[in-house]
Amino acid sequence: MGGISVRGVTQTFGASDDARRVTALEDTTLEIPSGELMCLIGPSGCGKSSLLDIIAGLAKPAAGSVTIDGEPVRGPLPKRVSFVFQENALFPWLTVEENVLAALAFQGVPKAERRARADEAIAAVGLDAFRAHHPRQLSGGMKQRAQLARALSLQTEILLMDEPFAALDEQTRLLLGEDLSVLLARTHKTIVFVTHSLVEAVFLADRVAVFTARPGRIKTVLNVDEPHPRTRSFMTSAKLAGLRNELYDLLHDEVRKTMETGAVA
Amino acid sequence: MQVACIVAFFAAWQVGSSTGYLDPLIVPPLSAIAVALTALLGGGALWPDAGVTLFELAIAFALAAGAGLTAGFIISRSALAVRVFDPLLAGLYAIPTILLFPSYLLFFGIGPPSKIALGATMAFFPIVLATIAGFAHVAPLRLRAARSMGASAPQLFWYVLLPEAFPVVLAGLRMGLILGFLAVLGGETLTSNAGLGHQIVTAAESLDPPKMFAYIVVAVVLAVALNGLTSYAEQRARTSAA
Repeated sequence: MGGISVRGVTQTFGASDDARRVTALEDTTLEIPSGELMCLIGPSGCGKSSLLDIIAGLAKPAAGSVTIDGEPVRGPLPKRVSFVFQENALFPWLTVEENVLAALAFQGVPKAERRARADEAIAAVGLDAFRAHHPRQLSGGMKQRAQLARALSLQTEILLMDEPFAALDEQTRLLLGEDLSVLLARTHKTIVFVTHSLVEAVFLADRVAVFTARPGRIKTVLNVDEPHPRTRSFMTSAKLAGLRNELYDLLHDEVRKTMETGAVA
Repeated sequence: MQVACIVAFFAAWQVGSSTGYLDPLIVPPLSAIAVALTALLGGGALWPDAGVTLFELAIAFALAAGAGLTAGFIISRSALAVRVFDPLLAGLYAIPTILLFPSYLLFFGIGPPSKIALGATMAFFPIVLATIAGFAHVAPLRLRAARSMGASAPQLFWYVLLPEAFPVVLAGLRMGLILGFLAVLGGETLTSNAGLGHQIVTAAESLDPPKMFAYIVVAVVLAVALNGLTSYAEQRARTSAA
């Protein structure tokens, strides 16, 4: 369960008579089968995050449609889709545990079940010792693990990750990627992961969708044929390096176009 | 260092006025003020007037807080309303509210209601502006996160909007309380029939500077106490919210 089908999705921002109106995403079609980890990569402003919002039902597309297991998405689907954002999406006035419990309350989980589900999710990301800490007491990497715990506790079949590790230093980011790969190999979730990091995309993804400069369209989809969980040996392999280079060639001209037209996210 | 300055200032005051360098009708010796203050506190004459002033402040603050919080929250819910009303209210805030006092006297008479109206007007602006600022600038990412997890409108309010806005709103309430107190006192000194401000003016007009300064001391102590209490509350809220 959790197959996502994106058909001809276009997204625009601004009124139709506004000179500043932009088309972020144009006629995008993408099939993400159940249990697959798909990375979206592309220049800033190509509509990757907009696509996540549309899949999650947080935004309506200007044209096209998204279905999950054949059902059209018409609004937020907290029981089926959960989100991991960039930093600061945790509630700073709540502890790690309270953040997870709040998420379960939002999703409508009965009070009696919340504690057990929070415990399980916090243990899965290895934050047992920090459950009573506030986000400001945690490192950047721990904060993202706490966010992941919050999303995992919701037990959705689909996980959307919007540049979750973008604010972290590269070493932390790569190690969290390894942890994520191990964790997700066990859960068989469908995952859509937006990133700007070529290495991260190749390391994590079953397939990588490469977007063009704005208006974003899918330029190509790259297959990464490697079993999960992925480990350090894959990180340092010639195979990963080769795919990374291929990805760089695909993205190079698109990123330059974005730089030269001054488009921003 | 600050303490030394204050001590030096009061020492100069005492020496100056007791030796006749300073006109005791304008600057009475500290010792005379102390005597007047003791008489005031002991004689029970202080309490009815202090009561009137604090009563006026309490009503004025309650009105300003009720109106300011409600209006601020409603305005904060629409980006358009914020763009329209935020500069408008900030502009009105800059107009000296005291200019309204003559008309308040006309509408409400010289008793407490005119002082309440002035205090409420003065306290309203910092409260409404802080409420708008607090609720309109909640981190969009956290709202998006809560919505994606299925938060209902009441859950959004209690879990996200309120904790996020609370420290800013509280700072506005504190400012409102202090300004309200200043307005009530100011109003009383202009035209009134009771209250600390009224007594300050009456003492001055009856050429009794020690008594006037004694009332001023009481007013200053009250202002400092209000400020201290509300600062403490704000500090508590900030540390528990951060």
